[in-house]
Amino acid sequence: MINEEANIQSRVGNHQGNRCLKLSGLEPLIVTPESNFINVGERTNVAGSRKFLRLIKEEKFEEALDVARHQVEGGAQVIDINMDDGLIEGKEAMVKYLNLLMAEPDIARVPIMIDSSKWEIIEAGLQVVQGKSVVNSISLKEGKEQFVQHAKLIRRYGAAVVVMAFDEVGQADTFERRVEITKRSYDILVNEVKFAPEDIIFDLNVFPVATGMDEHRRNAIDFIEATKWVRENLPYSSVSGGISNVSFSFRGNNPVREAMHSVFLYHAIKAGMNMGIVNPTMLEVYDDIPKDLLEHVEDVILDRRDDATERLLDFAESVVGKAKENKVDLSWREEPLQNRITRALVKGIDQYIVEDVETARKSVDKPIEVIEGHLMTGMNVVGDLFGSGKMFLPQVVKSARVMKKAVAYLLPYIEEEKKNNPDAVAGGAAGKILMATVKGDVHDIGKNIVSVVLACNNYEIIDLGVMVPPEKIIEAAKKENVDIIGLSGLITPSLDEMVFLAKEMQRQNFNVPLLIGGATTSKAHTAVKIDIEYQNAVVHVNDASRAVTVVGDLLQKETSDTYKQSIKLDYETFRDKFKNRAKHKEYRSLADARANKFQIDWKNTNIVKPTTMGIQVIEDLDLGKLLPFIDWTPFFRSWELHGRYPAILTDEVVGVQAKELFSDAQDMLKDVLHNKLLKAKAVFGLFKANTVQEDDIEIEGEDKKFVFRTLRQQLKKREGVPNFALSDFIAPKDEGIEDYIGCFCVSTGFGTAELADEFVKDHDDYNAIMIKALADRLAEAFAEYLHKEVRMKYWGYAKDEELSNEELINESYKGIRPAPGYPACPDHLEKLTLWQVLGVKEKIGVELTESLAMWPAASVSGYYFANPEARYFGLGKIKEDQVRDFAERKGMPIEEAQKWLSPNISED
Amino acid sequence: MRDIRKILKERILILDGAMGTMLQRYKFTEADFRGERFKDWPSPLQGNNDLLSLTQPEAIAAIHAKYLEAGADIIETNTFSCTTIAMADYHMEDLVHELNYEAAKIARKVADEFTAKEPDKPRFVAGSIGPTNKTASMSPDVNDPGYRAVSFNDLRLAYKQQIEALVDGGVDLLLVETIFDTLNAKAALFAIEEVKEERNLDIPVMVSGTITDASGRTLSGQTAEAFLISISHIPILSVGFNCALGASQLVPHLEVLAAKTDFAVSAHPNAGLPNAFGEYDETAGQMAAQIREYMEKGLVNIVGGCCGTTPEHISAMAALVKDYKPRKVGSI
Repeated sequence: MINEEANIQSRVGNHQGNRCLKLSGLEPLIVTPESNFINVGERTNVAGSRKFLRLIKEEKFEEALDVARHQVEGGAQVIDINMDDGLIEGKEAMVKYLNLLMAEPDIARVPIMIDSSKWEIIEAGLQVVQGKSVVNSISLKEGKEQFVQHAKLIRRYGAAVVVMAFDEVGQADTFERRVEITKRSYDILVNEVKFAPEDIIFDLNVFPVATGMDEHRRNAIDFIEATKWVRENLPYSSVSGGISNVSFSFRGNNPVREAMHSVFLYHAIKAGMNMGIVNPTMLEVYDDIPKDLLEHVEDVILDRRDDATERLLDFAESVVGKAKENKVDLSWREEPLQNRITRALVKGIDQYIVEDVETARKSVDKPIEVIEGHLMTGMNVVGDLFGSGKMFLPQVVKSARVMKKAVAYLLPYIEEEKKNNPDAVAGGAAGKILMATVKGDVHDIGKNIVSVVLACNNYEIIDLGVMVPPEKIIEAAKKENVDIIGLSGLITPSLDEMVFLAKEMQRQNFNVPLLIGGATTSKAHTAVKIDIEYQNAVVHVNDASRAVTVVGDLLQKETSDTYKQSIKLDYETFRDKFKNRAKHKEYRSLADARANKFQIDWKNTNIVKPTTMGIQVIEDLDLGKLLPFIDWTPFFRSWELHGRYPAILTDEVVGVQAKELFSDAQDMLKDVLHNKLLKAKAVFGLFKANTVQEDDIEIEGEDKKFVFRTLRQQLKKREGVPNFALSDFIAPKDEGIEDYIGCFCVSTGFGTAELADEFVKDHDDYNAIMIKALADRLAEAFAEYLHKEVRMKYWGYAKDEELSNEELINESYKGIRPAPGYPACPDHLEKLTLWQVLGVKEKIGVELTESLAMWPAASVSGYYFANPEARYFGLGKIKEDQVRDFAERKGMPIEEAQKWLSPNISED
Repeated sequence: MRDIRKILKERILILDGAMGTMLQRYKFTEADFRGERFKDWPSPLQGNNDLLSLTQPEAIAAIHAKYLEAGADIIETNTFSCTTIAMADYHMEDLVHELNYEAAKIARKVADEFTAKEPDKPRFVAGSIGPTNKTASMSPDVNDPGYRAVSFNDLRLAYKQQIEALVDGGVDLLLVETIFDTLNAKAALFAIEEVKEERNLDIPVMVSGTITDASGRTLSGQTAEAFLISISHIPILSVGFNCALGASQLVPHLEVLAAKTDFAVSAHPNAGLPNAFGEYDETAGQMAAQIREYMEKGLVNIVGGCCGTTPEHISAMAALVKDYKPRKVGSI
């Protein structure tokens, strides 16, 4: 008979002997006590890598495979794959990605870590890998029964498992709790499930230290001691963890973070941690850590002194200071003139440019020759470097600033020359390009960046600014006789504006190419909706570096026709492909979708009445309060530097540039704070509310009732998955329960436009773009800040939410703040109601354009839902029956509803 | 009957040889395959060897008997392709239970007769579970590498049906063999675990992979050790390799298994590599000479034959193993 005892007892009398974790892809991975630390690659994780998320969202699976390949080539011994994102069909993506990955022997040779918080995704993953994988993760969080059930299946599928130190009570955050939970988990797995102990990997929760809170002081040492305990008391099991959390409170100070990671790893590995997720670029060599820094860091990690945190904080400042202290090398000033000018342009140094340009001017016959000669020579170098990926956008914009200063200095001389010598023809630009943000839209960071970069490449830019009506674009295009028209937009109604303009250009027999760009645009929309309206070329261009090549190809006389034809053909095939996408999705009727709504057990739901009902206004918030709430990652993205903050600061490719941009941003932020250059205003309110007629939310405003119309998902999902609408999170009126909703609008945009104009006047596009990008970040931070204030104070349903490690790291809190125009409620129309409810315009002066964009642009508005069950979701596509129903509910003609909802109406 | 797990510690066991090779000698016609019962079956049936358990049961029983006479301790049921997936070619999905059940019965009866005659040498029936004709971790379409012709769940359900019928028919062991795609095998093992749990059954399981060529990997790309790790998650009786290669070509891969596993190790190679006509012509003596290397190196606990092997080959092996001690195994 099978000897059950053998599960635990070592197998004696056998020449193989040792029990250890064994995994496999196409090739084996054996983790022996002698093995070095096993590094798990984590770039194939949508939560950890923006790039990977984007590739999966755009279904660019080929490129997504390259991410895995690079990791394996870079030495990852296991790759962690995670598809948990609200906007991805996680199960489908996991299966598709793994299936494709299995066909790549150079990747599939390593074992896979199937990472998801959803069991159905884990199980789907387990069903497509032939090797022995690792499931990441299970825990006792939802109770023993589910834990046992999942563990049993994992064993049957033949995988190892990461067990989180988490139970019904919560996440283990002390030594004792880690011991308690791991011991219990181990006993259940080994004795009841008969899980092989060597196939158990404990994730003991790495938490931050030096947070300033006493209860966090032992976070690292507790982890290390618990690691030691597990390895000594739970035979054959492994210990893993995500390292970077430990240094969470030193975000922005990489020298200190890198040292903390190394010190933590050094001690954790000594204690027996044998596996983990480490970003190799965020790691200092232990022996290379300066002695003084090492001592301070070890004091913190090992909790050796009461004042360890304060001392490290003080010391950290000096470390940052040191890192910043660049020695200024002025030897280049000794070089020949052209070299100096080129260097000033490439490096974006404007200190000496006027001096150098003056020298140049004196050396030539006509001042225009300085532009055509010296400056263009330098700008060509910039263009080449940018084109080959050796320079990044912020640098190019700085180059442009130097260029503009130089040209501004020369202009009076050129005018003078013209007067004296009217026949002299000035050198022409390579082409004239009209740029505009369309009617109703106010966002222009991207457009300005493209303009600057094109200008650097010797194109003349006619920038019509924001909210430009179509007739004005047409008129200016004719008058200026432009070679290309570029349109930009960020909000969905702008898409229609672009289609309208394409039609209009066709009607008026235009024959210049049309460029389309901006956050809401896509190649799909351009191909399917815009390209068919206009006979000449229509090109979707979403980044500045591509804009230069596209414009070059379009305007190059020799190649222009062929290029335009190829573009037309490309969009035609893309259109066909798009229309013939294999998946035909199934939808439910609105009635069926409603029947399948998300159910909340209202009788047993604890609804918290807001502490302060009614409308509040914040006139002028201290901007300093917003700093900790800034999410920097999108800031870098707006400068086309891709990567997650703070890792981006040490990124191999863009790190140096990102650091410099970040330091410039900090300087401007200081200036903004110190001189109160921007004003932060908010209006928000908490009201009684109930759901009526299924999908509507009726609220009791200050003097009258208002109704928000929500939209319901109609995509047919698998059994048991509801079709969400925001109204599901508010108690229905006929339940007879009093429920509540919140509304808000925040803005940090007041003052932005003026500042930007000042900079532009000073030929400083770099700072003009910078201030707008910062205002956007501050607005988002304000929304985050206010949400927290509401949760903890004004509504008060989460008074004690702070100070928990878990939430600090996961940034997870109860309740949501969806915004009209975003996935859960993509129609912008409800903003009109929001404006009425709060009196937004009257109280804080934020206005809505005809396309319902907010002005100033750096504003955020939305709802607050407090129900613990409330969650973010994407509406997806809806069917005609809901559009009709929506039009009826809103009391508007169906055509109008179709216009506003068109991006979400299914065409199947 | 004695427990095979104990016997395995005492001596090397002999598995039978090829069923197909022996059936070829009968030169059955289309009419013979059909018999009376399937004379009007709409699709051609010649070549559906598993069907012969119903239409030519005496022939199947006779072949089993020949292998047992030759000294086999374990005979395999005539059920290599008896899943709904593999039987779809003949539109015989609905007959899957009956085919497995009857095949198991035939083997059971013959084996029991031999055990009765020679109680010191108990004979075992292994339910043969083939890989099916579809693969779960490779795409049959080179232009669409993400496509799969069969899913894990399809396989699991098909295997489960086969396993239940084999168990109903009275097999002693289950043999998941000729594994060219480990994911298919994992589906079979998953189904076995389900049946074991549902029936509170403790039936030993043998697992045998196929290294397809000199690359030393399975068709789905795994090395011998990766394959071993991928199927070691449930308690099995033995792990080994069969088919595709001759006895000596299997040596390096058996060495990997023998060094890395605590389970028993099995091998049932082909009678060499096929000649230009697709026939196997390695003689019993030639094959036994190669298998001697297994014994001398202490690589295996179970040995038998696959394509091209006959009772003569098995008889030669049986004579050979008597002189050798089995490879040491851990707790199985």
